[in-house]
Amino acid sequence: MPENLKIDFTHNQSAHCENGVVSNLMKHNGFNISEPMVFGIGSGLLFSYLPFLKVNYAPVFTYRSMPGFIFNKFAKRTGIKMKREKFKNPQKAKERLDQNLANNNPVGLQVGVYNLVYFPDEYRFHFNAHNMVVYGKQDDRYLISDPVMEEVTSLTEKELEKVRFAKGAFAPKGHMYYPISFPDELELKSAILKGIKQTARDMTAPVPIVGVKAMRWVAKNIRKWPKKLGPKKANHYLGQIVRMQEEIGTGGGGFRYIYAAFLQEASAILDNPKLMELSKDMTSIGDAWRDFAVDASRIYKNRNAASSGYDEVALQLEALANREEQFFKSLKKAV
Amino acid sequence: MKKEEVPQDESNLASANFREMVYAVDNDGKYTTSLSTGWNPKKIALDNAIKEIEERIANAKTRVLNNETSPIKYYMEVHKMDLPVLASYVGMWQWRVKRNFKPSVFKRLNQKTLKKYADVFDISVEQLKNIDAGES
Repeated sequence: MPENLKIDFTHNQSAHCENGVVSNLMKHNGFNISEPMVFGIGSGLLFSYLPFLKVNYAPVFTYRSMPGFIFNKFAKRTGIKMKREKFKNPQKAKERLDQNLANNNPVGLQVGVYNLVYFPDEYRFHFNAHNMVVYGKQDDRYLISDPVMEEVTSLTEKELEKVRFAKGAFAPKGHMYYPISFPDELELKSAILKGIKQTARDMTAPVPIVGVKAMRWVAKNIRKWPKKLGPKKANHYLGQIVRMQEEIGTGGGGFRYIYAAFLQEASAILDNPKLMELSKDMTSIGDAWRDFAVDASRIYKNRNAASSGYDEVALQLEALANREEQFFKSLKKAV
Repeated sequence: MKKEEVPQDESNLASANFREMVYAVDNDGKYTTSLSTGWNPKKIALDNAIKEIEERIANAKTRVLNNETSPIKYYMEVHKMDLPVLASYVGMWQWRVKRNFKPSVFKRLNQKTLKKYADVFDISVEQLKNIDAGES
């Protein structure tokens, strides 16, 4: 391929990487789809507690669905066809990427964060489900549109290979993806309804690891942590809740606001005023998640805090679970 | 969250000179986006996590010097890894990596295995054997 190749691609910063990549790739292909639209149709909102899976020595709490899930659901529901490829061989992975760039096709990549040199050191953990777009190559550097960054950036061949072949949980294995065919018109209305229905169903599911039941389970565990784990580990676990909630742009509060923005857009498209009201409720629930983060951070700032603090945040989380249960029941009825 | 309430606290993002995007409501109740320099609760959580890692590193260092664990453990902590992550980077079973934490087992490791670890940590085999040589 020619050494200097820059696809005419518009970088838009987003709050969350996967939504951002999808939205930017859609815009590149002539469909004006916002980040919240991608998130809502792709049923990105979730709460899940996986105490048996440890990341950074603490259990996993997630506020979003599995990596790749949002794009898959979004594509299926709007009638887009996608191509996904994974590789064993880094050389092959590079060749396929170069081919796509030579064909004027920007592609989405799943990468590990630990070796992303343009991130601040403190944010570089072994987290393998970050997403970005590669849109060209200049002087041996790949041109990168990382949706959480304000501006575009670039990586050397070696640096890009490192992040594409990061190891550990959710190892990307060179994962590359891009849309290959589009319907004449996106089936937005039905896609929105499907997206909303699934989120409402998942959040109120009768299993302990997802949705409001998982929130209640976490609350119950929070109460036990100080005695069971000692103040240090309990603090670390509580910190993990907030970090997973709020790391780089995403988050419990953050995701709720994106969802509220989605409901506003959906209300106009479906001509359904009830969704506008529900958007306001979701905003206020997002605010309550932020209050929860503020109070939790007070506890672990003071590392030897009394365990009564834990009871208080557990109560807050239970209140959030109750509110979200009500919310998703009304949402189910509204569509 | 209202647009004017979007936090502009100091954070670890400042060093890389970037701001993150958040969704917030404007005066007419419409959703819009805004940039944030950071948020205190988040910074506290991150700082705590970093402090935790630093303690882990210091602890591993002491144990290496006391011959209670091998340098592999120390470098694992330096690279913010845990056992499953390190095992998948070197392509070995977790139990084998764990065994290599034993100083007596570490001393008997062949060059090839040592090189594998050294490559993952991006250091020389010499630095791997001697943790003080790894510090710049």
